[in-house]
Amino acid sequence: MTFEPTDRVASVPPSGIRKFFELAEEYDDIISLGVGEPDFAPPWAARDAAIASLERGQTSYTANRGMAELRDRIAVDARERYGLNYDPDEEVLVTSGASEAVDLAFRAFLDEGDSVAIAQPCYVSYVPSARFAGADVVDVPTRAEDEFKLTREVLEASGAADAEALVMCYPNNPTGATMTREELRPVAEFAREHDLLVFSDEIYAELSYEHDHASIATLPGMRERTIVFNGFSKAYAMTGLRLGYALAPPEATAAMNRIHQYTMLSAPTTAQYAAVEALNSCDDEVQEMRAQYDRRRNFVLSRFEEMGIDCFPAAGAFYAFPECPWNDSDEFAEALLEEQRVAVVPGDVFGAGGEGHLRVSYATSLGDLKEALNRIETFIEQH
Amino acid sequence: MSDREEILALLRENARYSTEDLARQTGLDAEAVESVLADLESEGVVKGYQAVVDWGEVEPQPVRAAVELNVTLDRETGYADIAERLAKFPEVQGLRLVSGDYDFAMEVEGDSMSEVSRFISEKVAPVPEITQTVTHYIMESYKERGVEFGDGHDDDRLSVSP
Ligand SMILES: Cc1ncc(COP(=O)(O)O)c(C=O)c1O
Repeated sequence: MTFEPTDRVASVPPSGIRKFFELAEEYDDIISLGVGEPDFAPPWAARDAAIASLERGQTSYTANRGMAELRDRIAVDARERYGLNYDPDEEVLVTSGASEAVDLAFRAFLDEGDSVAIAQPCYVSYVPSARFAGADVVDVPTRAEDEFKLTREVLEASGAADAEALVMCYPNNPTGATMTREELRPVAEFAREHDLLVFSDEIYAELSYEHDHASIATLPGMRERTIVFNGFSKAYAMTGLRLGYALAPPEATAAMNRIHQYTMLSAPTTAQYAAVEALNSCDDEVQEMRAQYDRRRNFVLSRFEEMGIDCFPAAGAFYAFPECPWNDSDEFAEALLEEQRVAVVPGDVFGAGGEGHLRVSYATSLGDLKEALNRIETFIEQH
Repeated sequence: MSDREEILALLRENARYSTEDLARQTGLDAEAVESVLADLESEGVVKGYQAVVDWGEVEPQPVRAAVELNVTLDRETGYADIAERLAKFPEVQGLRLVSGDYDFAMEVEGDSMSEVSRFISEKVAPVPEITQTVTHYIMESYKERGVEFGDGHDDDRLSVSP
């Protein structure tokens, strides 16, 4: 008897992020622009609520779907901010991070051999999660010349029409691309015409700088076929508290909850108390963090422009996705790390369409950003 | 936020941002930034640019004290008159009229405790309107003007993450 991974597990290679993490760990003097999480601490009131809940010993399991108070607040918030109307009792499912919600959706709605169209470059977990669910992945590579927006043309060319579901994420990790309501229309049309489910990861919704965030679920005929993912990791800087949620019609959350109630039981209780407080009283902090990201974004984009490096104007999340000056972004990122001690992530790690680019996170102090970009400039001049 | 508010916020964060850095962050051009800065200065909104210093980290350390002052006013003398007189002393680093149990909160700096004590007893206490002084020597600073001191800023995030 040996531990022989299943074909599903074996078919998923180790994460490209992991390799860069290990390389970066070899040096103790690097400036990292490779970080996919906020450099802020969660708002104090949210931390305080978590502490208070621990002091009161509120550490039991909650309802499988999440605390009623939190689901109510999530529903109100989704309505007020994004015009998404969901019933807190039947259409909100609180999960351990948006990551769990993604996994649940794939396992609940993709059968062995079903295909799922994934707009790429994208967050590193979608493709592996789809494979773990036994599904086949259809790459939908978005293009730099479309500013990495999902277009009808790209969907048609990729063969997404025959898939069961479409996975999309705007504002996007790693490109920083966003999509307006108007730009989402043809995507929604395509989904309706080909009867696709849509899994829309909107975890960066609050970090949208140029226009208000638009959710595809608010377009005509889309609510009934969409699952929206969101969470507290990015806007509230609560990554380690592991709290996210899904919004979807009752039959969808019920199916996801069927898995969730046996695998996770319920999301972390302490984090749920923090999240209630975050939604109740931490708007100002979120606005302040957003304002800071926006200034850093302007800074980074203008520095790349000065260096003559093409970088489309990222309008959301906290990433810039410039073109890599070398053909091979892996090689560039490795050499940059070795010679200048600056960590960035090569674009190919994020799937189809990512090669030839670099993900540059600006979730780091302006002082470090400034120094890192100076070093990138020096590096380019020296080669 | 207006350009003016944006630039003020940035300067409060770091008064040493160069014009170019301010321009890059706000999306304005360098000329526009210069003109906002010139306005802020000439209107007396921005009064100066100073470093936030953790005196615990340098030698010699100045002695600083927070001094509470109580005053009585008469027909000829108002708070502003007393303030004007006190503010002239170079030892006085800060002076504010406050509500509550005392009237003025004053910050005094000197080379030694005896120098500060002498300043209070010889220069401040004799001002006729001042009825009481309470001196609190500052033993340790944990935060100044919004900047936290200490080593609490370690970035414990993974260097590369999804
Ligand atoms: C697009 C996207 N979705 C989901 C996540 C993970 O979120 P959570 O911490 O809520 O699991 C990330 C984290 O980097 C992300 O970039």
